[in-house]
Amino acid sequence: MADKISINGHLVEFTDGETVYEIAQRCQSERPESEAIPTLCYDPRLKAFGSCRLCVVEVDGSPNLVASCTTKAVPEMAVRTHTDHIERYRKTLLEMVASESSTIKVDPLRGYASQEFSTLVDRYQADTHRFGGHYSGTTHPTDDNPFIQRDYGLCISCYRCVRVCAEQEGDYAINIMNRGFESQITTEFNTILKDSACTFCGQCVQTCPTGALADKKAMRATGRPGEMETTRSVCPYCGVGCAVDLVAKSDKLVAIQPAMDGPANQGALCIKGQFAFDFVHHPDRLRTPLIRGADGELHETNWEDALDHVANGFKQVAETYGRHSVYGIASGRTPSEASYLMQKLIRAGFGTNYIDNCSRA
Amino acid sequence: MSNPLIDMQKPDVIFCIGTNMTECHPVAAIGLKKAIANGSRLIVADPRRIGLTDLANLYLPLRVGSDVALLLAMAHVIQREGLVDLNFIESRTTGSPAFLEHIQLFTPEWASTITGVEPTDIETAAIWYGSADQGAIYYTLGITEHICGVDNVQSLCNLALMTGHIGREGTGINPMRGQNNIQGTGDSGALPNNYPGFQAVTDPQNQAKFLGKYGRKTDLEKGITKVTALDFCGDQIRAMLIDGENTLISDPNRKHCQQALESLDHLVVIDIFLTETAEMANVVLPATAFGETDGTATNTERRVQRLRAAVSPPGQAKPDWWIISQIAKRMEIPGFDYQNPKEIFNELCSVSPIYTGLNWDRVANGEFHWPVPEEGHTGTPILHQGEFVNGRGIFTVVNYRDPNETISDEFPVWLTTGRRLTSYHTRTQTGRTQGIDYLLAEEALEVHPDDVRDWGLMDGDWCHLSSPRGTVKIRVKATSRSPRGTVFASFSFSDVPINLLTGSGYDPITETAELKVCPVRVESLF
Repeated sequence: MADKISINGHLVEFTDGETVYEIAQRCQSERPESEAIPTLCYDPRLKAFGSCRLCVVEVDGSPNLVASCTTKAVPEMAVRTHTDHIERYRKTLLEMVASESSTIKVDPLRGYASQEFSTLVDRYQADTHRFGGHYSGTTHPTDDNPFIQRDYGLCISCYRCVRVCAEQEGDYAINIMNRGFESQITTEFNTILKDSACTFCGQCVQTCPTGALADKKAMRATGRPGEMETTRSVCPYCGVGCAVDLVAKSDKLVAIQPAMDGPANQGALCIKGQFAFDFVHHPDRLRTPLIRGADGELHETNWEDALDHVANGFKQVAETYGRHSVYGIASGRTPSEASYLMQKLIRAGFGTNYIDNCSRA
Repeated sequence: MSNPLIDMQKPDVIFCIGTNMTECHPVAAIGLKKAIANGSRLIVADPRRIGLTDLANLYLPLRVGSDVALLLAMAHVIQREGLVDLNFIESRTTGSPAFLEHIQLFTPEWASTITGVEPTDIETAAIWYGSADQGAIYYTLGITEHICGVDNVQSLCNLALMTGHIGREGTGINPMRGQNNIQGTGDSGALPNNYPGFQAVTDPQNQAKFLGKYGRKTDLEKGITKVTALDFCGDQIRAMLIDGENTLISDPNRKHCQQALESLDHLVVIDIFLTETAEMANVVLPATAFGETDGTATNTERRVQRLRAAVSPPGQAKPDWWIISQIAKRMEIPGFDYQNPKEIFNELCSVSPIYTGLNWDRVANGEFHWPVPEEGHTGTPILHQGEFVNGRGIFTVVNYRDPNETISDEFPVWLTTGRRLTSYHTRTQTGRTQGIDYLLAEEALEVHPDDVRDWGLMDGDWCHLSSPRGTVKIRVKATSRSPRGTVFASFSFSDVPINLLTGSGYDPITETAELKVCPVRVESLF
């Protein structure tokens, strides 16, 4: 018999090592009508940290509320996740966190997790002005990098950026400096990111729950009309095959976000996959077919003429010089359907194996 | 890759050779970093002090093009120390007696004279890898872009076979593929020797099978490779259809390549930009790009995933599959009446034994590693479990050969080429992206600081870099990432066309160019 704990009166099985938060989240996904435990410092890919205290729960026999993300389940444990007492505690916590932050509502273009904080403030109807005092964190004044905005006025010191950089990316480019109101996420020697170990992979941006770290390239589209739409695809660069969500606004690709459940990347990207997508809408893109004219220059034409010219050219060459005079080179950058048809065109069209791809260079 | 990417976190000894993974496959390198954080030991063999060497427990700074010597000596030590997995050799391999006798000749001391690596470091590497519970090899083009590329790969296979580090979780021979769908394009049969699914064109049964599918009998002889085809341009080869490759910049020996393409009667290029190659074409056809195209791609771990369109293409740009179909239809080739990429992928699955169990809908979430030999099969994340594809693992007797050109009084410096984190290949895409210039605005030749001084250069100044095939002007960057006597540049920037210099020799089997070794002369402009 598997061990069980009770969550809000429901008996639930668990496996050794599971935390109360993980079990509760599992139950919640099975019963969508129930409410999720709120979190701010939690990212399922990172080690539990227990700093934001929003995930606190009541456990029978424990005099204080405990953080569910760091509490391992033990048999017979009885847990309550949403009592009035807990919810009041969470609301007060959110109000305290909000009081430090200069801006709560941020554009979702800032990053994948950027709405987590404002969503919770709304859900708990937290009074963001309940506690006076001053804001913590200052925006980095001189970092002119074109990728990552560092608005530390919005930082709530959840350390997700620091932890994702260390635990997921393995780069240890950033850490925390000072304590309390003086807490500041920074690099070694408090430099700009370019002079640190940062590789601009963007993982810190995508895990930030407040938008303090923001995708500068995506924010170019802040004023663009239309809703954000995401489409799952795969990065166009190396052979790792990172799954990405293409973020489009009124038919323009405005950002790339990593697929947190991407089978090959689990939420990671590199600078190319994260930020190097402007080529898609670049004015240099070919818009029409081109044919070389008698003047030796390439001229715009229509598909009908271009395709006729292409087909006639191949037919003429094959008739004049034989079927072994035509060669096809397929690409490692196109979808497989293109490569499949390239080889089929050569084999079914000429009966030769005069087909290769770009893998030899 | 014989093993999936997730396995990178599992080996207790990782041997990376000829792979600049933190720059070229950064997300894969994350797995290595996690393994190291969990106590795995990392051995890195590379001529340059690349980023991976900062993570390595043992760094083997070998001379460019000396890999076979290093690997022979490692095999020698593994045998000498009694670390050969005799059970595995007995039950799973063939050819071991000749191989085990052959490697007795190649001591670490011998290899040291060729590679420049200390004999004790070669011994340590061999003992670590040989005594690992799970040892895994990762490599990239630093292994294959040599005249002895096949020898290099076979040397690595020998190491894995003699230690039994293959066919199990956290082991294997793992080439990191460089392009998003370079695996898929080979899978699809865009090769002169194979039909889709790596079915040999020389097998009459396959010929008959595809005669049935395509309605035309295809030659039983292998086709020529792209490299040979470029050599034959203007002579036997008179027309080319190039889809999505900037051949002129990415291939070695640019002058030769330009003359080849110029001599064609009919050159058709399908691309998203007017690349240097497209500029030479008779007809240029505009294709849809990433984010505008539905299709499939197969990654380096043989995982088939779906690509999806999110935005409209510019102007009249069309998907590659549509363009190729239209050309075929106008040439009255039957079997090109496709309505969408789904029909094409499903046809590919129906003719390819490694994709038989897949279809368009089944790959929607990218869960499957090929081979997927039948419907309901869950895929094959780890190859060679229990049995090799060809039955037994074959040992190959390999000997060291010098690169095609070696340094001389006239060309006294080794040039090796590669890629950088921020640029992708010929920069047709990363060069057209805002922000990339902030990190890397121009190409530079990486030279050891002592060489900068001894050769009369200055950090940041221009120099001339010459090989027997040409000269390029390039800025000098002093860095101890380059060893003394070896310089490095990428081929990404068209204003510093490094591939004017490269391309003296080719591997005799794959015809892959020796892009990693090129003797050069470095001269100050002043």
